[in-house]
This record gives sequence, C-alpha cells and structure tokens, in this order.
Amino acid sequence: MSPRLRWRKFVSGFMLTMTGVCALVAVSVLFLILGYLVVHGGASINWNFFTKLPVPVGETGGGMANAILGSAKVLLVASLLGVPIGFFGAIYLAEFSGGVIAFVVRYAADLLNGVPSIVIGIFAFALVVHPFKHFSTLAGGFALGLMMIPITLRSTEEFLRSVPNALREAAMALGASKWKTVATVIVPAAYRGILTAILLAFARVAGETAPLLFTALGNQFWSPGWTQPTASLPVMIYTYALAPYDDWHRQAWAAGLVLLGLILIINIVARAILSRGIAVPRS
Amino acid sequence: MHATVRPAVSVNIPPIATGAASREAAAALSMRMSLSKVNFFYGAKQTLFDVSLGIATNKVTSLIGPSGCGKSTLLRTLNRMHETVRGARLEGEILLDGQNILAQDVTAHRRRVGMVFQRPNPFPKSIFDNVAYGLRINGSKTPIAEAVEKSLHHAALWDEVKDHLHKSAYELSGGQQQRLCIARALAVEPEVLLLDEPCSALDPISTAKIEELLVQLKDLCTIAIVTHNMQQAARVSDFTAFLLIGQLIEFSPTPQLFTTPGDPRTEAYITGRFG
Amino acid sequence: MERHFEKDLNEMKERLLWMGSLAERAVHQSVHAVLESDEQLAKRVLAEEDAINELQMEIDDRVVQLLALHQLMAIDLRFVLAVSRINNDLERIGDQAVNIAQGALRVLRHPRVKPYVDLPRMSELVEEMVRNALNAVVRRDVELAQSVLATDDQVDHYRDQIFRELLTYMMGDSSVVFPAFELILVAKNLERIGDHATNIAEDVIYLVQGQDVRHNVVDRR
Repeated sequence: MSPRLRWRKFVSGFMLTMTGVCALVAVSVLFLILGYLVVHGGASINWNFFTKLPVPVGETGGGMANAILGSAKVLLVASLLGVPIGFFGAIYLAEFSGGVIAFVVRYAADLLNGVPSIVIGIFAFALVVHPFKHFSTLAGGFALGLMMIPITLRSTEEFLRSVPNALREAAMALGASKWKTVATVIVPAAYRGILTAILLAFARVAGETAPLLFTALGNQFWSPGWTQPTASLPVMIYTYALAPYDDWHRQAWAAGLVLLGLILIINIVARAILSRGIAVPRS
Repeated sequence: MHATVRPAVSVNIPPIATGAASREAAAALSMRMSLSKVNFFYGAKQTLFDVSLGIATNKVTSLIGPSGCGKSTLLRTLNRMHETVRGARLEGEILLDGQNILAQDVTAHRRRVGMVFQRPNPFPKSIFDNVAYGLRINGSKTPIAEAVEKSLHHAALWDEVKDHLHKSAYELSGGQQQRLCIARALAVEPEVLLLDEPCSALDPISTAKIEELLVQLKDLCTIAIVTHNMQQAARVSDFTAFLLIGQLIEFSPTPQLFTTPGDPRTEAYITGRFG
Repeated sequence: MERHFEKDLNEMKERLLWMGSLAERAVHQSVHAVLESDEQLAKRVLAEEDAINELQMEIDDRVVQLLALHQLMAIDLRFVLAVSRINNDLERIGDQAVNIAQGALRVLRHPRVKPYVDLPRMSELVEEMVRNALNAVVRRDVELAQSVLATDDQVDHYRDQIFRELLTYMMGDSSVVFPAFELILVAKNLERIGDHATNIAEDVIYLVQGQDVRHNVVDRR
C-alpha cells in the first residue's frame, strides 16, 4: 500500500470516528439529563406530588399540585391566543397573500421568534400587569401566547404550502371559491402537519420560565380564577432549586422530571402523527 | 348482409351517412362555446394571437400542436382558470351559450364548464367524498348518493368501486384515479368538459378506456380536449384545431384535417415532418 | 373492449357487400341478356352501373378515413387493405358486365349464330365464382376462397373452347362474323370476371392468413 493511500485511509477513519463520537455525545446529553432527573427526582414522584399543595419547610408530604394546575391554566390561555392567530395567519400567508406582504409578514414572524423570552416577559408586564396592578394567569398566558404565535404560524404555513397545487386547481375547477378550497381541501389535507405544529409550539413554550417571572409570578396556594398570580412548574423549579432545603431540591428535580417528561411525550406523539404520512397523492 | 340475397329491383343505395351528408350536418351544428379574437398575455409576453373558433355542442373538439403552442393556455381560458395566475391577461370575447363568460360569477361559471387535468388529482378523501365534493360545496339539492352513483356509471368506474366507496381515492390505480376525476367533474352536470392531456400520465390500456369513454360522453356534454398525441385526436375527436406559436392555423372536421389538411404547416405537423 | 372504430369498420363492410350483390346481379342480368336476347335486361344493367361506381368512391373514401384516423393493426389493417382491393375488383366486374350488356345489344340485332351450349355453362361457373368469392369475404372462409381459385382453370378452358368453336363458324360463313365476334368478346369478358373473382379470393386468403398468394407464389392446391 502506498503512503498516500495509507494517509487517506487514516484521514477517512479519523473523520468517521470523530463524527460518530460527536453524534454520540449529542444523543447522550439527552439521556444524561434524563438519567440525572430520574435518579435525583424519581423518588419524589408520588401521589402527594400531584395532589398536595406545598407545605412549609420542615414538613413532609407536600406536592406541587398548584404549580401543575397553574401551568395548565397558563398554557391554556397561551394556546387560545397563539394557536388561532398562528393558524389563520398561516392560512393568509400561504393562500391569500402576494409577494411583498408575504415576505414582510414572514420576516417579522421570524424576528419575533428570535426575541429573547425575557424581553417578551417585560413586554407582557408592561402591557398586562402594570396597568391592572396584578400579576395574573392571564398575563402569563399572554406572554407565552405571543411566543407561540411565530412558531405555529411558520410551521403551519410550511405544511399548507406542502399540499400540492394540483388539489387547489381541482377544487377551483369544480367551482369552489378560494376560501372554500382552503377550508374543505387544503386544511384537511394538511391536518396532520398542522396538529404537529401546534403540539410542538405547545411543547416549546411549556418550559419557558423567564416570561412567567414577570407575569404569573408565583403562588404558595391555589390561584382562583384567572386574574391572580399563579404557581407554575418552571418557576417552582427555579424557586426550589435556589432554596437551601434538601427536600425542596428533591421536589425541584421531580418537577424537572415531570416537565421534561411532558415535553418528551408531546414531541413523540407529534412525530407519530406526522409519520403516518402527510396526505399527498402518490405520483 | 348476405351476398346471395339479390337486392330489390329499384337500386337505392341504403342511406348510411356518406361523406357529403356529414359535411352538410356539420354546417348545421350549434356552437356551445365560441371564442372571438382572443389574445392572451402573461405579463408583457403574448402567448395567444387573435384566436377565434367554436366548440360544437355534443361533439369532441381537440386542440393539437407542438409544445408551447398555447393549446393548454387556450383551454384554460374556457373555464377561466387563467385567473388563478398572477399577471395573466385576456382580451377578446368568449361566449358560453351566447353569453360572455368574463361577465359571469367565476365560481358559477366553473360549475358549467368542468376540467380534468393532466395528472390525476383526486382529493385525499374517500372515493365517495371525491365525487360528492362538487355537489356539496354547491349546496346541491339532489340526493347525493344517487348522483355519485350516476357519475361513476358515466365514468365507467362504478363496477370497479361500488363495494369500496369509502376507501381512500389514493388506493386506486392511475387510470382509475383519472376516471374518478372525470366522475367528480361530471357530478355537477357541466355543459362543457375540458380535458388537458388527460391520458399523458397513463398506460395504453387506461388510455384506450378513457378514449372510449370520451366518445360516449359526447351525448352528455360538449367536450374539448388538449392532446400532444395527434393520433389520439384523430381517434377521438370530431373537430380538430391546430395551433402553432399561439396562432390558430387550421380548424376543420377531424377526417378532413387528417386526410387533406388545408395548410402546409398542418400537413408538416401531422406527417411528422415538423421541426 | 369494443372500440368505436369497429362501427366504422362494420359500416364499410356492409357497403362492400352491398356493392358485391349489385355486381353479382349485373353479371347475372348481362349474361341472360345475351342468352335470352333480352333487350330490357341489357338496358337495366347499363342503368345500374352508376350505383356501383358511386359505391366504389364511397368505399375508397371510408378506407382513407379509417387508415388516417385509426392506427389499425394486424387483422384490422389487412381487412381495410383487402377491402380496398376487393373494391376495385368489384368495380371492374361491374365494368365487364356493362361490356357484356353492350355486346348483348349488338348481338340481338342478328339472328342467333348457334344454339348456346358452352356459354350458359361458362356463365354459371363464373357466377358461382363471384358468389363464392363474396361469401368467402363474409365468412372469412379460406377453403371457399381456394375453391374459387381452383375453378379458374375450368373457366379459361371454356373460353378457349368457345373461341375455337366460333372461329370455325366464322370461317365457314362470313355473314355470322359480326355476331360471332361479339360472342367471343362476351366470353372474354366472362373470363375476365372470373379473374377478378379469383383476385377477390386471393384477398380473402391474405386477410385471414396474412399470406400473399398472388401470382402462384404459394401452391394453391
């Protein structure tokens, strides 16, 4: 074997190994985190965790029921804001808009996507909390909803665009107006993708902490209604992790595990829906 | 007719329509649609130049010509599908039953003039829902199941799908999908059916089935078909229009155009001596 | 699957068979005009010639259209080509019948040369050939077609016999030269009709078997 050939084989082998190792590292980070959470927080996951309010320091048997409910309420408000705007905005972009407007809207959405979450938090604070002199579930939902908009919009738009033009033509040739075509053909054809987009946007904002610091704040107890400050899982993790109590540390790990578990499940479900096939005709 | 039967004394040749008789009949034909000095522009570029022709009622009219001659463009003006393209502009007059189609509501017009496309494009719905689509969006009052069955019969597809109406349309073969698209277009009972190279994505047997179907569908509606396969035009159509670079070169009854064309360019094209 | 051009093929076949029946009748009537010295019959043949010619043009028109519009293959193609040839042969048969009729008109101005013995036999044979050839077309019957081919020699033999006999009469009595000569021509015309019937039979064999049996290329027996 010539020296040149030997060198090439060496380089090839080296690159293969190196890229393989990097890939392995990337994957293993996820499992490391998961492992850590299970080890440190798994023991604290019990019935109390899901059903009991936090108890004062020193006592045992407390839980994070209020944070779980609070997160759910905030995410509900966020979805009610983010999903319709994202969905209908995407329909406008994909089906009705022309070159310049579409470009501007898309660009703006991408920029909004890049705004740091803490800045969104401040914005929501200035808009919803300050005038009403209240921290509230609504404010938290507002902030997270704003973050959901660009994610939902762009993904939904991509899936709407992926529906072949032939279907639009077919519907229009039968006498369907533009709107009817969208409602009866395009959206049903892209429904898997749209559902996936919504789920992924939801999963993305479920773990956001910074905006909630300025809007929902936190609460030791249940938060009645929608206009009171409320506890939420991410904020609880933040609060408990910084505290000097071991019991609280264990609870924080558990909360982290629950949160991550939720996000993982949503991601897996979303991909399962998508893998059943986007409805496009075979050629 | 048996050769040993001696005909009656008076020699009258039995009246099967001879060449001369059918030419007379042609002159008495009514035109379901007519185009008059149609010019078409994509932005600044003109693609149709002063095209005038008539689409005869209950006959098959075919548009032939080399690639890029404007035949598909012309077909699409008939159901105003050109309006879905930005920058498309139409000048001239197109009439359906004597009325200017550009002055009508476009969705109402497209129910009267249906279209079948080059590649089969059924919706990702069941076979039944595909055919019923046009009826449902138009708020039709006729009972849908009956209308669907009737359309599938007309498209010669009923026997193959009658037990599978709720299966996805995508489980059908290419030729069946195209017949489904024909059934879907027929369900709203259009007066005119436009077909844009309907067989170019299909195998020869499916093509033959659809060609036979078109000959039968004449009784139901007026048909206009674009085809790059001039033998298909010869087999199937009653009238043929030959286009070249956006101009109508010749428009005659099919037997005449394919045996004694009037224009040397037509002859060059159909004898394959073109280009 | 039935194709729509089959209707056109069938129509063309019907027109051809109609033409065949007209030609057959013309032969029959023209010969009997001679044998029975029937002026009316001869004139009828002349009057009906136009119908045969019109049919020939119509059938040619149909042939051209079928070939141009439908890419006929195999048996359909051979059928149309065979029809085109048979069309011509039938028209010639019609022409020959007219010639015979004209001869009949000329002959009956003279007293009969001799009792007609061979002429009726020859004409029966020829009529049978034409009838069988047309039946072979209808039924696509190769055996029947071959029987027509086999009969041709007999017809030629009859023509030679009639020729020799009438020659003898002409040499013996110069006053019978005109009518005798016309009769020789009639025999010649009949023999030509037989040849055309043979051509039709060859076309049937080509149609059914795809074999070209013209000019004795293939052993006919």
